[in-house]
Amino acid sequence: MRDVAIIGVGLTKFGERWSSGLKELMGEAGLAALEDANVTSHEVEMLYGGTMASGRFVGQEHTAALMADQLGFKNIPAVRIENACASGGSALRQGYIAVSSGIHDIVVVGGVEKMTDVTAGEAATALGGAGDQEWELFQGITFPGLYALMAKRHMHEYGTTEEQMASVAVKNHENAYKNEFAQFRKRISVSEVMGSKMISDPIKLLDCSPISDGAAVVVLAPLETARKYNDTPIKIVASAQASDTLRLAERDSLTAIKATSIAAQSAYKQAKVAAKDIDVVEVHDCFTIAEIMAMEDLGFYKKGKAGKAIEDGETALNSKLSVNTSGGLKGCGHPVGATGVKQAAEIVWQLRGEAKDRQVKGAEIGMTHNVGGSGATAVVHIYKRAD
Amino acid sequence: MERSSASLWRKIRPRYNLVGNECKNCNTGYFPPRVVCRNCGRKSKMAEKQFSGNGTVYSFTVIRTPPDTFKDEAPYTIGVIKLDEGPMVEGHVIDTGAKLRIGAKVKMAFRKMYVEDDEGLIHYHFKFEPL
Repeated sequence: MRDVAIIGVGLTKFGERWSSGLKELMGEAGLAALEDANVTSHEVEMLYGGTMASGRFVGQEHTAALMADQLGFKNIPAVRIENACASGGSALRQGYIAVSSGIHDIVVVGGVEKMTDVTAGEAATALGGAGDQEWELFQGITFPGLYALMAKRHMHEYGTTEEQMASVAVKNHENAYKNEFAQFRKRISVSEVMGSKMISDPIKLLDCSPISDGAAVVVLAPLETARKYNDTPIKIVASAQASDTLRLAERDSLTAIKATSIAAQSAYKQAKVAAKDIDVVEVHDCFTIAEIMAMEDLGFYKKGKAGKAIEDGETALNSKLSVNTSGGLKGCGHPVGATGVKQAAEIVWQLRGEAKDRQVKGAEIGMTHNVGGSGATAVVHIYKRAD
Repeated sequence: MERSSASLWRKIRPRYNLVGNECKNCNTGYFPPRVVCRNCGRKSKMAEKQFSGNGTVYSFTVIRTPPDTFKDEAPYTIGVIKLDEGPMVEGHVIDTGAKLRIGAKVKMAFRKMYVEDDEGLIHYHFKFEPL
């Protein structure tokens, strides 16, 4: 096992990228990451590409070879990773394993999704495949529906309120307002969230992350040679992942994502840190209730306590714990395959001190948390400055 | 979404009759049925089990923005139902009136789910109705 560092990151702006297809998005993020890493295309040895449903969204499969092709990585091995909305985080973990094992030195991890070429209904159906197709999607149960079932039970057991959920969206839009890559650079209020269209009770339109286009790329290297490329390599000090039943109703609990807590416990052990040591975290807020559950399942708050803490401002930028400084999935956008890789890019910027207006002061330890489906996959990484 | 009719018909017994299974090794019931017991893995001894259709609402929501196949059905109520025999299952809850609540008793009902656009093929399914 070798130590692994991120030596370069690149993003596209997230949003409705009408003039960009898969190739343009891959190229834009990939070039930015190679430039940032000071790595030439011919130095790259392996590529892992996270994409969830490109076949459904644009009719294109085989997207990892396509990404290697488009970035001029001639003839290198390239593997697509599909783990629903955790495709990006899962691809990062595979890249980490490849470098850590000693099999490859310079590895590129990309994530991309082009979602806005189809109608909202077609997109909802494609995303529905992240759950149990036969017993959830077949019955017309959408993803907002699945998270609504969790939210309703969370409200029942812990007294979590719709206003607390709304406060997650308000905070994440506030952060997105300061992020030039974000889809929504617009502040919103609790009353605007509460007054937005009901999608699946109690989840409203402004509790939901959007449909987005975008790509994210990071470049990995062994820590021992990382400084050859970059003065501030960011070390990956933990890489953990867990799975659970695909079908929501079959889980042990509707109010916790068990895969998250299992992955988090493993990650804290690997990194030899505790939840209280984390300075900045990107969590998977596909819906506002998901951020509340993530804060509990990652060990930052006791079960049932996160909603009030978020409403009280404890997780705003530069308060007790800065959460989703990028704007999260809610404010920055959620091109599903790209999200897990974008989270890593945001933490790298934070730990380097390059996050501009949204910089967390003195950030030294960061975390990312990426969930697939309604919780059948969770991936947790922890990062530290290597200097 | 385009589905072959085989993918629908092969699940007819659980969908129409609430036939699940249980592991004779650990006595855990499963609905929908599983090939492998979650507790026992390769030591599973699965046998068919008829579920009563009685259960309790564990959580619920009203879906107002449906996938395309359900565009003529929305809004509709989806519940997570804890069956009396143990397992939890998602399903439509019908005739809910104004106030469905967590903890309400329900019973399985056999109902039309949706009609395919082109050929008018009707899909039936279990749903749940309050007692």
